[in-house]
Amino acid sequence: MAKLTIDDLKKIKEETTKSTSIRDGEANIKITVHMGTCGIAAGARAVMNALMEEMAEADRQDIRIVTSGCMGMCSSEPNVTVESKEAEPIVYQKMDSNRMRQVFKRHVLLGEIQSDFALAKM
Amino acid sequence: MRELSLHILDIVENGITAGADCIHIDVIVSRAKDFLTIIIRDNGRGIPAEKLNKLTDPFVTTRTTRRVGLGLSLLAAAAERCDGKLAVAVGTAGGTKVTATFQYSHIDRAPIGDMAATMATLLMGNPQIDFVYTHAIDGEEFILDTRELKKELGDHSLEDPMVIHRLGKRIRTSLNQLRSNADKPEAREKNHGKTNDR
Repeated sequence: MAKLTIDDLKKIKEETTKSTSIRDGEANIKITVHMGTCGIAAGARAVMNALMEEMAEADRQDIRIVTSGCMGMCSSEPNVTVESKEAEPIVYQKMDSNRMRQVFKRHVLLGEIQSDFALAKM
Repeated sequence: MRELSLHILDIVENGITAGADCIHIDVIVSRAKDFLTIIIRDNGRGIPAEKLNKLTDPFVTTRTTRRVGLGLSLLAAAAERCDGKLAVAVGTAGGTKVTATFQYSHIDRAPIGDMAATMATLLMGNPQIDFVYTHAIDGEEFILDTRELKKELGDHSLEDPMVIHRLGKRIRTSLNQLRSNADKPEAREKNHGKTNDR
């Protein structure tokens, strides 16, 4: 296996920014599912799969889904962050597939923040 | 964790954090030899030698080494519980290979679980990374190679949630087929050599 040199990393970074900028073309909303060990153990995969189903149904090109690691609030996992251009990012806590569907339909599609599930504004 | 596929998701995320762009996932089951082996290979930056022997101790993990902390500890515990073991090897040129072995028939062995959901999650969250997933049961194989898929589909269609969603379903069907082909030789005998169409 080839070792990653600094040049390679630069290239990867370039490629990454290139591909995200293509996708960023009209991306207005970014949804982050936190997938650390804690998140996965608490059910982040089911949340992700529910989100994927909703995305497939909604067929919106301006929404991006990304995964990230633990953000240090393991007791409130699975956490999902919804960021949009107009409003502050909202971190949702203790998500499951039903909560994810509600957040997607209400917050992501209609812009109504679901404060019952929210952990914090960022 | 309840399923081995969740462990796999977790360990693969380690590789992604380590800057890998291609990750090989092998799940090998041999019922005749009574073992289950999971191998996860990445081409990331590897693990420094001084940390290698402390990998499975959750308490030496600091924030900066979290990617090799609790996740591997949990997998090691799961393997050892089933008379198996965890081995982590780092290539001289970087890259990490995690091998977990289990006694297949051990009563404490967690089910493999929903590998299709694991793969769909990985594809959705990491469009820039390639995955080569091989699942073998008693010699019969299922292989998913995103490098080939990306070539065939064109550049960006593998980022489309709709495509990934469908691909996930497809993986699930293929794995079920693999299982019913390999796991039920007696069913085949009963049906005069035909497999169940479910």
